Amino acid sequence: MEEIERDVMEFDVLIVGGGPSGLSAAIRLMQLANENEQEITVCLVEKGSEIGAHILSGAILEPTALNELIPDWQEKGAPLNTPVSSEEIMFLSETGSLKTPNAFLPPAMHNEGNYIISLGNFCRWLGEQAEELGVDVYPGFTAANVLYNEDGSVKGVQTGDMGVQRDGTHGPQFEPGMELHAKQTFFAEGCRGHLGKELKERFNLEADSQTQTYGIGIKELWEVKPENHQPGLVVHTAGWPLSTDTYGGSFLYHLEDNQVAVGFVVGLDYKNPYLSPFEEFQRYKTHPKIRDTFEGARRISYGARALNEGGIQCLPKLTFPGGVMVGCEAGTLNMPKIKGTHTAMKSGMLAAEAAFEAIQSNFDVVELVEYTNRFHHSWVRTELDAARNVRPSFKWGLWLGTLYTGIDQILFRGKAPWTLKHAHADHETLLTKDQATKIDYPKPDGVLTFDKLSSVFLSSTNHEEDQPIHLTLKDDSVPVAINLAKYDGPEARFCPAGVYEYVADENKKDGSQRLQINAQNCVHCKTCDIKDPTQNINWVTPQGGDGPNYPNM
Amino acid sequence: MKILVPVKRVIDYSVKARVKSDQSGVELNNVKMSINPFDEIAVEEAIRMKEAGTASEIVVVSIGVEKSQETLRTALAMGADRAILIKAADTVDTDIEPLAVAKLLAKVTEEEAPGMVILGKQAIDNDMNATGQMLSALLGWSQVTYASKITVDGDTLNVTREVDAGLQNITAKLPAVITADLRLNEPRYVKLPNIMKAKKKPMDIKTPEDYGVDVSPRLTITSVVEPPARAAGIKVESVTELMDKLKNEAGVLS
Repeated sequence: MEEIERDVMEFDVLIVGGGPSGLSAAIRLMQLANENEQEITVCLVEKGSEIGAHILSGAILEPTALNELIPDWQEKGAPLNTPVSSEEIMFLSETGSLKTPNAFLPPAMHNEGNYIISLGNFCRWLGEQAEELGVDVYPGFTAANVLYNEDGSVKGVQTGDMGVQRDGTHGPQFEPGMELHAKQTFFAEGCRGHLGKELKERFNLEADSQTQTYGIGIKELWEVKPENHQPGLVVHTAGWPLSTDTYGGSFLYHLEDNQVAVGFVVGLDYKNPYLSPFEEFQRYKTHPKIRDTFEGARRISYGARALNEGGIQCLPKLTFPGGVMVGCEAGTLNMPKIKGTHTAMKSGMLAAEAAFEAIQSNFDVVELVEYTNRFHHSWVRTELDAARNVRPSFKWGLWLGTLYTGIDQILFRGKAPWTLKHAHADHETLLTKDQATKIDYPKPDGVLTFDKLSSVFLSSTNHEEDQPIHLTLKDDSVPVAINLAKYDGPEARFCPAGVYEYVADENKKDGSQRLQINAQNCVHCKTCDIKDPTQNINWVTPQGGDGPNYPNM
Repeated sequence: MKILVPVKRVIDYSVKARVKSDQSGVELNNVKMSINPFDEIAVEEAIRMKEAGTASEIVVVSIGVEKSQETLRTALAMGADRAILIKAADTVDTDIEPLAVAKLLAKVTEEEAPGMVILGKQAIDNDMNATGQMLSALLGWSQVTYASKITVDGDTLNVTREVDAGLQNITAKLPAVITADLRLNEPRYVKLPNIMKAKKKPMDIKTPEDYGVDVSPRLTITSVVEPPARAAGIKVESVTELMDKLKNEAGVLS
């Protein structure tokens, strides 16, 4: 292909990703610049068509970091409208349920003072705050590649080309991406960012940490009957429909305006290749304790996103020459709290403070080690330390994991003198098809339970049709030769959006199958990149602005 | 020649529109909004005319809420020169009707004296398809709707229109109001530096009172409902069964 002439723009700090961590970093940088009457340039790019378009979370917000960042958030109209008013944790069996008395709940699992929010709307608001402070916020632009200086340090990113056709040639609307250079680039792509994946490898950032483990969260937003609505109610469950050797559970949050967010998280270290997180979620809603909430209700949105579950022992090195990782890109989620917004925000703020200090001393530091120092002296570190043993204990199953969690969190208050290890990387855990039992999922009823396609429809996902497929395969023969032959094509089940489908191969008469990739359905959850047993799938950014358009998620 | 391009901020085409539970309208809060696709085509056409030397200046105008500024900025980033926002509504739920829009646009046209007004044939939110026609009537200008190709030759327009029977070629005299159809062009992608530059392009903010136009609604929306859900399909085993179902259940064959 011909060499493309690319425009270049220079900034002091470039931020990749408009989620809580990236936006908090941008805001903190500008606040410090304004306080010190110093001019700095901060640019934030976001692949979604607008800020919040690709954001999906439960979500319960612990307002600690927000109180520090924008103490007058209430006056500024932050969309924190529903304080948590009551909460329940239940263990479900197929027909029954066991409620955990609140006295037995570890302190991390209490939610007094927290808010049920739409993280997408919260990010939209943060985006407005950032723009008002003078951040250049550019939604609709992907960071396609990392750019490096001759000395190997990060120079910035190149935004994605627009108008490339399916075969890679330039269409009539072709618009080349440009080079964004910065003294420091903050990578804030969220869990399993595709640039972060490259950086971890290139700078060997995980040399001293354990392998990250992940989960997939699938969420629906419902409008329920007023009589079934209790604003501020939080319900978490564990157990059914998952088997006890699979980590996972549900959340059900009553927001404002008769809306209920309901979702299901499955640890991606699950073993059975026949497991479908999507179907488990659909089945969960039919539980007698759950289904009543949705009687006569209407589903209004759907989406999915992978999340980090590894905790502090999986946190990579946070800095490298020319850049840093913040938020879920690094993996700051607190698993026992099931919350990551406050820690992500704080990590962004800490990186911003370190970067601003460096700017003031004329940026002679290439690697922002001060960020790491600040991180390890912050409450994020303390909090994640206390949380570190909960998730790995569930490798012993639900009951022992729960028992251990009680001991670790209540008896030791997270200060047990040992650190548990995660057993495997998530892509290594699948049993082969002859070792596993098929799971017979019930058919959707179209009222309470649905199929994938009608669900993806509600995510308002859109991809320009004529563009290269952004779910790339390292080797085209692997899906059929290994994934299908050995594991019976698990990607058709772990993808919550129906992207992967094994269909009859028209070119062969022997009834053999081929993998069809419906890239247009992709909701950018990154699960395939994580769980593909052969690690053959590599998720890259599609055209800027493409993907889901989540409202209120 | 100056070109005036009216643009509307509408619910984004990729968003699944949802009717509010009280049936008063479509839910627009926290929903992605963007420039009406047909208006975007109109902006693109004007820019191409400017690039070809036919037009000298492009003024974009929007009538709506404060946030319609974003829509105007999009048009400015594409290549329009300056913008006028007529702030006629406080909430996105207030839709300004075509006649009020046309009256405001007529006033703006009188003030700006463009040689041509190009606008989308309809907005994808309420599909009225009326503003362009009303505007040309108010101005007494030539009216050219559903344009899929426009060439300008002095003060003569040669336009290909998309009509039910196919394509119709017509000529008209300038000044004229042209409404853009889907195949007129494919709008460009906006360049990042141009978004930055667009922030510095001039934007006048006006109100309907400035033009002496009453925008209060003349229509009452009694209710908005979703189309009935399609019943699920079934698989039939044989042609006989299919014929039987078509005759006896669907009632489409006798």
